[in-house]
Amino acid sequence: MRTELTINGKAHAVDVEPRTTLLDCLRDHLGLTGAHAGCEHGVCGACTVLLDGVAVRSCLMFAVQADGYAITTIEGLSPGPGELSPLQDAFCETHGLQCGYCTPAMILTAHALLADKPEPTRDDIVEAISGNICRCTGYVQIVEAITLAAERLRGANRPPEPQ
Amino acid sequence: MKPAPFEYARPSDVDEACALLAADDGARVIAGGQTLVPLMAMRLARPTRLVDIGRLAELSFVRDDKSATVIGAVTRQCAVEHDPVIAANVPLLAKAMPWIGHAATRARGTIGGSLANADPASEISLVAVTLDAILGYRDTDQAVEIRASKFFVGPMMTALPDRALLYSVLFLNWDGRIGCGFHEVNARRSDFAFAAAAAQVALDDDGVCRRLAVGVGAVADRPLRLAHAEQALTGTRLEPSSVRAAVDDALAEIETWSDLHASAEYRRRAAATLATRAILDAQAEANEKDGDAH
Amino acid sequence: MSDRRFHFVSTDRRVREDRRFVVGHGRFAADIALPGTRHIAIVTCPHPAARIVAIDKGAALAMPGVHYVLDGRELAAATAPLMAGLDTPNVPRRPLAVDVARYSGEWVGAVVADTRALAEDAAEAVEIEYELQPFVLDAEEALAPASPPVHADHGSNVLLDRTFMWGEVERDFAQAPHRQSLRVKWGRSSTVPVETFAVVVSWDAWREILDVWASIQMPKFPDQIAAALRVPGSAVRVHHDVDVGGSYGVKRGIKHTVVAGYLSRRLGCPIRIVEDRLENMRGGDAHGPERLFDVEVAFDDAGVIRSMKMRALDNVGAYAGRSPFQLGKPVGAIVGPYRIGSVQYRAIAVTSNKTVQEAVRAFGQSPTNYAIERMMDEVAKRLGLDRLEVRRRNLIRRQEFPYTIPSGSTYDSGDYHAVIDKVLAHTAYADLIAARDRLRASGRLAGLGIAACLEPSGGNSSFEPLLNPKNTTTTWMDSCRISVDLSGAVTATIHTTSSGQGHETLVGTVVGEVLGLDPDRIRVVRPDSLESLPSNSPVGSRMAIMLGGAAFHAAHKLKAKLTAIAAHDLGIAPERATYRHGDVYDADNPERRLAWQELVTIAHRHFHRLPPGFEPGLAAAHIMQVPTGGTLPTSDGRVQMYPCYSFEFHLVLLAIDPDLGKPEIKRYLVGHDCGTVINPKIVRGMTLGGIAHGIGAALYEEFAYDDQGQLITQTFMDYLLPSSHEVPPIEIIHHETPSPHTVFGQKGSGESGYLGAPAAIASAVNDALAPLGITINQTPIKLAWLGDLIAAARQDKENG
Repeated sequence: MRTELTINGKAHAVDVEPRTTLLDCLRDHLGLTGAHAGCEHGVCGACTVLLDGVAVRSCLMFAVQADGYAITTIEGLSPGPGELSPLQDAFCETHGLQCGYCTPAMILTAHALLADKPEPTRDDIVEAISGNICRCTGYVQIVEAITLAAERLRGANRPPEPQ
Repeated sequence: MKPAPFEYARPSDVDEACALLAADDGARVIAGGQTLVPLMAMRLARPTRLVDIGRLAELSFVRDDKSATVIGAVTRQCAVEHDPVIAANVPLLAKAMPWIGHAATRARGTIGGSLANADPASEISLVAVTLDAILGYRDTDQAVEIRASKFFVGPMMTALPDRALLYSVLFLNWDGRIGCGFHEVNARRSDFAFAAAAAQVALDDDGVCRRLAVGVGAVADRPLRLAHAEQALTGTRLEPSSVRAAVDDALAEIETWSDLHASAEYRRRAAATLATRAILDAQAEANEKDGDAH
Repeated sequence: MSDRRFHFVSTDRRVREDRRFVVGHGRFAADIALPGTRHIAIVTCPHPAARIVAIDKGAALAMPGVHYVLDGRELAAATAPLMAGLDTPNVPRRPLAVDVARYSGEWVGAVVADTRALAEDAAEAVEIEYELQPFVLDAEEALAPASPPVHADHGSNVLLDRTFMWGEVERDFAQAPHRQSLRVKWGRSSTVPVETFAVVVSWDAWREILDVWASIQMPKFPDQIAAALRVPGSAVRVHHDVDVGGSYGVKRGIKHTVVAGYLSRRLGCPIRIVEDRLENMRGGDAHGPERLFDVEVAFDDAGVIRSMKMRALDNVGAYAGRSPFQLGKPVGAIVGPYRIGSVQYRAIAVTSNKTVQEAVRAFGQSPTNYAIERMMDEVAKRLGLDRLEVRRRNLIRRQEFPYTIPSGSTYDSGDYHAVIDKVLAHTAYADLIAARDRLRASGRLAGLGIAACLEPSGGNSSFEPLLNPKNTTTTWMDSCRISVDLSGAVTATIHTTSSGQGHETLVGTVVGEVLGLDPDRIRVVRPDSLESLPSNSPVGSRMAIMLGGAAFHAAHKLKAKLTAIAAHDLGIAPERATYRHGDVYDADNPERRLAWQELVTIAHRHFHRLPPGFEPGLAAAHIMQVPTGGTLPTSDGRVQMYPCYSFEFHLVLLAIDPDLGKPEIKRYLVGHDCGTVINPKIVRGMTLGGIAHGIGAALYEEFAYDDQGQLITQTFMDYLLPSSHEVPPIEIIHHETPSPHTVFGQKGSGESGYLGAPAAIASAVNDALAPLGITINQTPIKLAWLGDLIAAARQDKENG
């Protein structure tokens, strides 16, 4: 079945079985392997992408349902080759990852959070990422990354805090 | 975990959706898919055709009908979660919403999907039963209304006929000094609840309870309203030990079960604790309201 | 905490690997897409024990896109059994069941199709006739001679039953005034990575090489594949530049790779197996220990433990892979951090009709620590002493190191009392007790949990000869090769896969430290297994010690070469040639010097300027033996298990809603000493992640079976992984007692947190329940069950 998906600003025509999930379509048909399968039943969140800026589980949607949305994957977040967004850089600064498997999903979730809440409390952050399972980090350095990113995004013109 | 093959149809209106359902025994409605797709991935559900109603605008709305609030079946849970009309008119539903799954599942999941699926632990179903909401569905070309108390008949079982399409749920607004409470217990915050309780209270100006609705979910095969407790406590000042006693009484006879996660006794006990907390929370909230406030 | 001894080691550097992951450029096994790949779905046995009577592939083969259906008999005829650790020749293990299936979920067939979805469609259509057999699930039942043996030819379910006696146990028991017995149960859980096991293989019939890309953490993986497929080791090329999405021990994938390898050769196309979550949970063979401990200690009036008897009974599942050895590794820290003078240890591994266990983070040490720490609390309770004080009295003292424990391992260094003091300087014990009491006054149950334990690190393989005398392995090496190219750029190698431990950063930092060069400019690459020197993969908390050590020594060899080249070229005695940040100068006349690029050019081009006998070019390699390793166990089972011992001390403040039984960690402190820290961000991450695993094992995670042998927790809806809500902020208090055995004094930290968290949380729960007279001696401690226990105790109290 043919459908057209708009991903990271670009239109893609695909022809897939209706039962092909958005996740599998991204990975197997479009070569966008940043979204990962962890459970395929909507619990772990490793498959997270953004639909019109909102985090959703791509394993729980079929590709044929995904037309007409602006889909954002991790591949769409870098400003350019070799560059990191402030959020991605913050994850590197705090080492908010280890194996990297949940990381694209985690970053997309954080991205959506910060777009909605530029000054999230710790509770806001914890709640926002509670649908993304990480088995490596224990979440602490992830929360620190999002906190740091929020500060940097907000405080671009603020003088640095005295140490 | 790939689903069995199926055909996909996206009807452009309710009539077309109903016709598709009527024409094919293996057809099933998909709206948010947050419950259906995992079942399909595990091949526990094997529809041969999915009828995607997720974009039917005519089924996606929150309407303030003055004395009632109507929600279209395909309204996304996140929309209801943040809707000011719901916050004002159906505060119990607003309070329950954050307990449902995760933000990412509420972004896609719908109100109607949760009701039609009828998981005993469904928060929306619990609120619907507690407030005795009126559900509307289309059965081919017939429009039918049914009370929530009659709608849920068993675990994952509703009175919805096979080829019918749920299209709305209506909550009658309460007036006066209202407060509500919602509690759940689960191992992790977004898991299926082991027990859940919802309560709404209206107090008169002296602080006497003039109306009470309380229901429990996840402990029986469907959400249950604790009518005996409501009767015993209406007209009283909701003194905590009386509330607990009334709730214990009402729960003594319900049929509950043991499984991997919790024993039957735990469910019963937790339901009593949560129902008591929900009623007392509702009372505290109502007490903060002025007499004229809605 | 930056150490002025070092330029780069211990500085707060970024982990360079993070860059590719945050942009989604990780290269995981399922990302590998080769043209012509065919996909596998597994046919599994639905019964806990059954004879396979007949397999009808007809319907499956007739379905669209289906190419092949492989069964166990065909595979067994063409391959050798998978390697077993113990000497149990009558317990063979095959990737696909042959004639008999031994657990629900066991792989009995593999369907090959154009897509995974088509393969799953066809897998449903394979018709298998089974004849149900008796089965056994419980370890104690499996121990009984009358239980049905999972492997008929083996005659019983006992794979291992060995008793070790170290020291004068009976005398010490006779002389001590007190004894205490305890039984505790460690529930079956595992580390369950978010990425399941995935492997892509491709057989090149003209080159006769099997290319393998796998999500693997397994020592000697290429060798085992080659042995099973009956090809030379040089016919298997494992690509190490695959990112592994978490493993924590369990990603062993040997049966997956043998199935795929066989099919690739048979069908002449690339083959891909990506476990789905159901295949993984039921039949991935990645479950963890399920252990019953009977512990008895003899102690004096002061609570000092003189002797310990421990019986550990492990329910291994239907086959013996790596897991029985998880009863052997804890021998290296069998007394924990305590001065217990004599030990009797009986290790029993039994088969049952459950999913097979695999090596899990810390390889059996965490359950053992749980048992020891439970006993410490019991001793304190028995004597009415403070639990922390009892531990202080028993802990090995700083001046006693190196300290040899009864089972023959020598603990290299430590200062356990200092770590505890540091934690309590951070937050006073009295303040924590007061916080606990305030929570109690507010109507909740509340407890303070304590655990002190060790992380043996450096990963020697001594448990192999210990439990299997026919296996005389005495090395568990690792390696690194460094070369400097003509442009002067440095490239170092890692000869294995990694799963998030930051090994590239480790190697860059170590090589940079030795050569005095910026670590971020050192390229780190992963040659494939044919291009690699021997490695034993990141198990046993070994890589900081072994890979760090190998990189260090290789870098020093390189540095020595550069220095020698310069000395010769400058015409000075070697002792006067001084290396500094890549340049070499004459110590007596510092203006005479050769810069890095000049030295590199001499090595690569100017053979006439090289010292006599020197090889041209600039490369050095080192294959490193485990420090303190190299000897076999004595006849009574004494051996140096691992070289280095890190220490951790946990304090957990926990509250429980008495009506709902719901636990909440209010505060978590951990003192951690892993010697010199090479990269603080990496070590911190390991400890935090390990504690999260420990929280899961203590409170949420269990592979539960019903009495029909079915795994009830097959999905993430029932197997509950801690989310961000379940892991509190954690305060880590750091200490460093360097190891004398390692190049920078570093010890391992890959298992930190997981080693002590379950014990500490269990301790907190028991402290919270103490006023009700309840003690819990099992994991996981599930919420609703806790609620029931509390309700029953309150009822008893009410009834008087």
